[in-house]
Amino acid sequence: MKSLSLTPGQLTGLEAAFWLLLASSFWLMPDHLTLLSQILILGLFAVSLDLALGYAGILTVGHAAFFGCGAYAAGLLAKHGWGEPFSGLLLALLVCAALGYALSYLIVRGADLTRLMITIGVCVLFGELANRLSGITGGTDGLQGIVIDPVLGLFEFDLWGKTAFVYAFVVVLAMFLMTRLIVSSPFGLALRGIHDSRKRMQAIGSPVAARLRMAYCFSAALAGVAGALMAQTSQFVGIEALSFNRSAEILIILVLGGTGRLYGGLIGAIVYMLVHDWFADLNPQYWMFWLGIFLIVVVMVGRGGIMGALSRLVRIRRA
Amino acid sequence: MGIVIFDGIAYGMLLFLIAVGLSVTMGLMSFVNLAHGAFAMIGGYAAVTAMNQFGLGFFPALVASFVAAALVGGVLEFTLYRRLYRAHPLDQVLLSIGLVFVSVAVFTYFFGPTIQAFSPPESLTGSMSLMGLEVGRYRLFLIVCGFAILAGLLLVLNRTRYGAMVRAAVDNQRVARGTGIHVQRLFFLTFAFGCGLAGLGGALSLGILGLEPSFALKYLIFFLIVVCVGGAGTIIGPFVAALLVGIVDVAGKYYLPELGAFLIYVFMVITLLVRPNGLIPRKGL
Repeated sequence: MKSLSLTPGQLTGLEAAFWLLLASSFWLMPDHLTLLSQILILGLFAVSLDLALGYAGILTVGHAAFFGCGAYAAGLLAKHGWGEPFSGLLLALLVCAALGYALSYLIVRGADLTRLMITIGVCVLFGELANRLSGITGGTDGLQGIVIDPVLGLFEFDLWGKTAFVYAFVVVLAMFLMTRLIVSSPFGLALRGIHDSRKRMQAIGSPVAARLRMAYCFSAALAGVAGALMAQTSQFVGIEALSFNRSAEILIILVLGGTGRLYGGLIGAIVYMLVHDWFADLNPQYWMFWLGIFLIVVVMVGRGGIMGALSRLVRIRRA
Repeated sequence: MGIVIFDGIAYGMLLFLIAVGLSVTMGLMSFVNLAHGAFAMIGGYAAVTAMNQFGLGFFPALVASFVAAALVGGVLEFTLYRRLYRAHPLDQVLLSIGLVFVSVAVFTYFFGPTIQAFSPPESLTGSMSLMGLEVGRYRLFLIVCGFAILAGLLLVLNRTRYGAMVRAAVDNQRVARGTGIHVQRLFFLTFAFGCGLAGLGGALSLGILGLEPSFALKYLIFFLIVVCVGGAGTIIGPFVAALLVGIVDVAGKYYLPELGAFLIYVFMVITLLVRPNGLIPRKGL
C-alpha cells in the first residue's frame, strides 16, 4: 500500500480544514444542530479522557465522575440565579480541577487494578451521592429549571440550538487548543515518557508522581468543562451523567477514535454519535449487543482506532 | 443486632462465592475481568431455565448452573481470554466490558428485562430458630454452602498436587513453567472452575438479589470491591472482605437507611487507602 506523506505545514492545514468543516456544518446541517453540539461536547470529554488515559497512561473507567460534577456545578449555579454562562464554565473548571487534584493522590498510588477500582468506586460514589441528595440535585428526576442568560448578554439560547452550537464550538475549540498546547509542551513530552517507560523517567529525575497528578487534574478540569457545556446547552442534568455506563461509553468513543492522538476523541465522538443517531430507532438492546461485539473485535484485531488506521496510511515528513 | 449480622454473613457468603473465581483470575493471570458478573448471570439463568423449563429440582439446577457457567467460561477462555493474558490492562477492560454488553443484550432478548420469578424448595422456605435467633432457612443454607466451599477450596489448594501447581503459578509463573507445569492448561481449568463457582453463586443469589439482565453491571462493583479489598490472588482475602462487605452493607441498610449503598464505597476507598494491595496481600493463599 502506498503511503501518503505530509509535511508538518500540510498537517496544520489539515487540522484547520477539520475545524472549518465542523464549523461549516452550522450551515450544512441546520436541522441537526443539537446533535452536533452533543458531538462536540462528547468530543471534548473524550479528549479529556485521552489526556489521562492516552497520554499519562492512567487507567480510569470513572471519568464520568468529573463530567457529572461539572454538569451539576454549572447547572446548580444557573438554577440558583446566576445564569451567566462563562462563569458557569469557570466554576465547573475550578471545582473539577480541585476535585481531580485531591483524587489524584489516590490515583497515583497502587497498581493498575487499584487505580481502576478507585476510579470506578469514586464514580459510583458520586452517583450515589447525587441520588441521595435529591433535594439539591433533583435525584433521578434530574436537575430541572436551569435558565442560562444570553451569551455575552447578546445571544440568547434559542429553540433550534443555533447559539448552543456556536457557543459549544467556540468553547470546545478553545479547550482543544489549550490541550494541544499542553500536550506539545515539555510537560506533555514528560507524560509521553512516563507512559512509555515509567522507570526510565524516574531514572532521569522526572518527578513522575507529580506529573501524573497534574495530568489527572487537567484531565478532570476539561471533563468538568465538557459537563458544564452539556448542562448549559441542554438546560438539564440527568443523574446518568455520573453513571458507570457513561464512563464506559466515553472510553468506547476514545478507543474507537484512537488513544493518545488528540484528534482520536473528536473523531471517535463524530463517528459514534452519527452511527448512534442512525440506529436511534433500533431497540437499545441491539445497540448494546453490537457495541459489545465491536469492542471485542477491536481488542482482537488490535488497538489504534480510526486515527491508528489513518496513521498507517499517512506518513509525516519531518522537516 | 444478631439477625443483622446473620443476614450480613449470608450476603457476604454469596459475594464470596461469586467473587472467589475473580480473585483467582486476577491474581493468577493478572487479568482485569470486568465480565465476571456475566458468568454469575449465566449460572442464574441456567438454574431458572432448568427449574422452569425442564422441571428439575433446586439442587440439580444448582449443578446445572455450575456446569453451564464453567462451560461458557472455558469456551471464552479458549477463544478470547487466552490471547490477552499479556496484553495491556486497557485491552482486558475493553474486552470484558464488551462481553458484559453482549451478555446483557442476549439475556434481555431471550428472557426479557424483568426479574426472574423464583421460589425456593419447600425445605429452604420459612425460618427456624438457631441459638435463640429466628433465622431464614435459605440464608442458613447459603452460609453452610459458603463454608463448605471455602473448606473445599482451601483443601484443594493446600493439600493436592493441582493446588500446589496453582500456588506455584501464582507465585512465579516463569519458574513454574520451567519445572514442567502446563501453565496454560492450568489457567484454562482454573478459569473455567472460577466461572463455574460464579455461576453457582449466581444461581444461589436468585432468592436474595433477584436476577435480571442488568445483574452483571449492577453487582460488578461489589465483586470488584470484594476482590480488591481482600487482595487479588488469595482465597482467605476475598472471604474476609466478602464477610465485611456483607455485614457493613446489611448493617448500613438496616441502621442508616438514608445512607444507602454509600457506606460500602466509603469503606472500600478507605481500605484501599490504608492497604493499597488489599487486606491480605497475595502470596498468602
